[in-house]
Amino acid sequence: MSAKTIFEKGRAGRCTTYVTPPGAPPPDLSQLPAAALRAKPPALPELTEGEVVRHYTGLSRKNWAVDVGFYPLGSCTMKHNARLAEQIAAWPEFFAAHPLRPDGSAQGLLRVMYETERMLSHLCGLARFTLQPAAGAQGEHCGMLLVAAYHADRGDRRKTVIVPDSAHGTNPATAALAGFKVRTCPSSEEGIVDLDALRKLVSDDLAGIMLTNPNTLGIFERDIQEICRIVHDAGGLVYYDGANFNALVGRFRPGDMGFDVVHLNLHKTFGTPHGGGGPGAGPVGVVETLEPYLPVPLVTEGPEGFRFEEDRPKTIGRMNAFAGSVLIALRAYVYMRLLGTAGLRDVSGSAVLAANYLKERLSTVYQPSHPGRCMHEFVLSAERQKDELGVRALDIAKRLIDLGFHPPTMYFPLTVPEALMIEPTETESIETLDAFIDAMLQIEREARESPDLLHDAPHHAPVGRLDEVAAAKSLDVRWRPDSTGEGAG
Amino acid sequence: MSFVPHTEQDRARMLRSLGLSNVDQLFEEVRAALPPGEVPDIPAASESELSHELWEIARLNGRPDRTACFRGAGAYEHYVPAAIPHLLSRGEFFTAYTPYQAEISQGTLQAMYEFQTMVCELFGLEVANASMYDGASALAEAALMAMRVTRKRRLLVTEALHPHWLQVLHTYTANVDADIVQIPTRDGVTSPDGVAALLDDDTAAVIIQNPNVFGLIEPMREVGSLLADRPALFIAAAYPIALGLLATPGEAGADIAVAEGQPLGIPLSFGGPYLGLLATRMEHVRQMPGRISGVSCDSSGRRGYVLTLQAREQHIRRERATSNICSNQALCALAATVYLALMGPAGFRTVAERSFAAAHELARKLAALPGCSLAFDAPFFNEFVLDLPLPAEDVARELWSRGLISGLPLGRWWPERRSQMLFCATEVITDAAVERLMAAMKEVLP
Repeated sequence: MSAKTIFEKGRAGRCTTYVTPPGAPPPDLSQLPAAALRAKPPALPELTEGEVVRHYTGLSRKNWAVDVGFYPLGSCTMKHNARLAEQIAAWPEFFAAHPLRPDGSAQGLLRVMYETERMLSHLCGLARFTLQPAAGAQGEHCGMLLVAAYHADRGDRRKTVIVPDSAHGTNPATAALAGFKVRTCPSSEEGIVDLDALRKLVSDDLAGIMLTNPNTLGIFERDIQEICRIVHDAGGLVYYDGANFNALVGRFRPGDMGFDVVHLNLHKTFGTPHGGGGPGAGPVGVVETLEPYLPVPLVTEGPEGFRFEEDRPKTIGRMNAFAGSVLIALRAYVYMRLLGTAGLRDVSGSAVLAANYLKERLSTVYQPSHPGRCMHEFVLSAERQKDELGVRALDIAKRLIDLGFHPPTMYFPLTVPEALMIEPTETESIETLDAFIDAMLQIEREARESPDLLHDAPHHAPVGRLDEVAAAKSLDVRWRPDSTGEGAG
Repeated sequence: MSFVPHTEQDRARMLRSLGLSNVDQLFEEVRAALPPGEVPDIPAASESELSHELWEIARLNGRPDRTACFRGAGAYEHYVPAAIPHLLSRGEFFTAYTPYQAEISQGTLQAMYEFQTMVCELFGLEVANASMYDGASALAEAALMAMRVTRKRRLLVTEALHPHWLQVLHTYTANVDADIVQIPTRDGVTSPDGVAALLDDDTAAVIIQNPNVFGLIEPMREVGSLLADRPALFIAAAYPIALGLLATPGEAGADIAVAEGQPLGIPLSFGGPYLGLLATRMEHVRQMPGRISGVSCDSSGRRGYVLTLQAREQHIRRERATSNICSNQALCALAATVYLALMGPAGFRTVAERSFAAAHELARKLAALPGCSLAFDAPFFNEFVLDLPLPAEDVARELWSRGLISGLPLGRWWPERRSQMLFCATEVITDAAVERLMAAMKEVLP
């Protein structure tokens, strides 16, 4: 397949007319001052619709996707995306609505938003949700701004946030973005928060702690009630990163565990598509004491139907210009309604079962980060393969591509050397799980017998192993006419 | 409905391998650690039931007459070529994730690279990222970026910035010791003298939106000249369609440009998902937030794409990252990329010209109504403020009862502007819709 960019295709003067009849006279632009005009048009490509469709269809074929095959990317919950949700989001009654429509002309959308918010609140055991954050990381940001607003409202300028060493990178980055100082809490040998270390870190400057439960090692923080007690006693709040909620959904609720603020990733637990890296959605739920600070607008129900509520004196403001990723919330609404609470219980049960099945079978040749049962994901370490065979987690991952699988998350969490983090989700059949196990065992044999097969992998991908260091050194991040694309010139 | 494929036998086999007899046993430790709590019941629906129910809910939104909406104010109805949703619905695009494994993500990575190139072309700047959440949050991230680059804390912001964008800026900077100062406007347009008077050594950035919230063209080049020899950065917020005609942020001397990318082939979607565009000069690339796709090569020298400059990012640098952004709006960025590829330079300019012409024709007609006039004299692009002889909310209500979505009543943002309405027109507005609007206005106005 050619790697030509769209800029190397087409011909000057070729175009498709979408908005005016050919030959329509150009309008009078004399009211625009010359200084306000651009000197030359943007160098966009000139192609027919057929050429554009062929180009991007060609690109799509160079992508792995859930629709293509197994995608056990830890912490990302790459499950099947319900097609009904896609179909309904493509109805013009939903997608064509202007965000500043009169409330009376958006009752269907407002109802979906209201009910989505209620269902998420029920599933999390919280008072209220905002659907505004556009992604998990923005949800974290929103949540930590709520924490800051809560303390500020009490005249308490607390600046410290505790983050476990196993946390997603977004957690410390978010805390810093929201103006906090980050203190890292070490994990115990068992891979959970070290309570003694935590007790030493709390102080009267503690604003809160950010936790993922189960954590990124796939281990449930069984001391969660004690952790909440320690943090609450110090005057701090407890934040739940919902990246791993797929392990618990329909069975257990962050609110019951003692969490005050929660973000969920609709594109993980609630089955909305990942889009190649967005758009997702990161709604944030809170206990009652934090409700006054939620961003606007919120949807409320009144005598005249549903409406956007903007006038909330203690609000932190807005995270985005409008009400958030409404069409993603609509997809999550469809997903929750299709499955119901019982179906969601089956989601978490089956996800945890599949992960344990894989862990049990793979632990015969790969070292698990921690022994025993896991939740919806687990981490293997390829340290032994590296030391004994000179084969790294990266090599194993790239060889999996040849065998028809997307690799697990690599080198995360940072607390495990040569980490491979595996999350099968609930939507993969036992045949697929068995085939993946066979592939992983085959790779381990290959590592002994012909390690270069792994070092040089992938052999059967659109391109061979790419050099990331070279890309960062000689930066080429936009096409130019003199760019050396394949077939250019 | 269920998407779980396990049969009873499959489940039994997996449980047996674990020495268990039922799935609940996998949660015993969790249950023991928590107080008892019941998850409320959400009843399940079949696909056919739910699809019917949603059709009823969809109808509550009223008739989706897309050509009879005269509202913009940050979200714009432009024609979306049919090829865009078709390409976006390919599972290889929409069910993929962030391209962590470059070798099997070349489609997404190359599309990102093409997107970055097109954004640079629109803005007249050197380097763009692979997208932000929306225009408003992109502006807030740009402001934080300027504070990092200059190590200063004062942000001068035009009074004529979209109020929601200003609110997002306040929210993002609430806890990080920024000082937001408003630049005054004169006759709806930012005053360069006002900028000059407020500029000081502690200024991190000057933020101007063009066209501004009133639709008016701002003196971008004057502001750019004022800042040319100053450490403060010039942040320009653009309307991407207007860049078919208007001078680019780069030409005006901007250091960072941001925009709401929704008008580029993304439906109005009741506010989201949208698309933030952000570009800057190469010297600031290491302070730029967001993912970036860059060219690399494989072991046999074949060209390929990877996520690059990841050393700025949260998963490497944690609390010292340039931003907490993880995933972005990749599929929306793909929509914009396909849009610009389909339009080409000529089509892109045509959309801008037709939007400009439609708005000016509409303004001429509305301003000729008794008691109505344009609120400002300055040149505008495709939005304008109309002074009405009645409260604008009343006019909006009357027009909606006739199936028309009016311009936006400005009293919701500025009480003193309660008799003003912000109208918008684009290339999708038909003559018939304008006639309906004019007939309705004549009925409603005294």
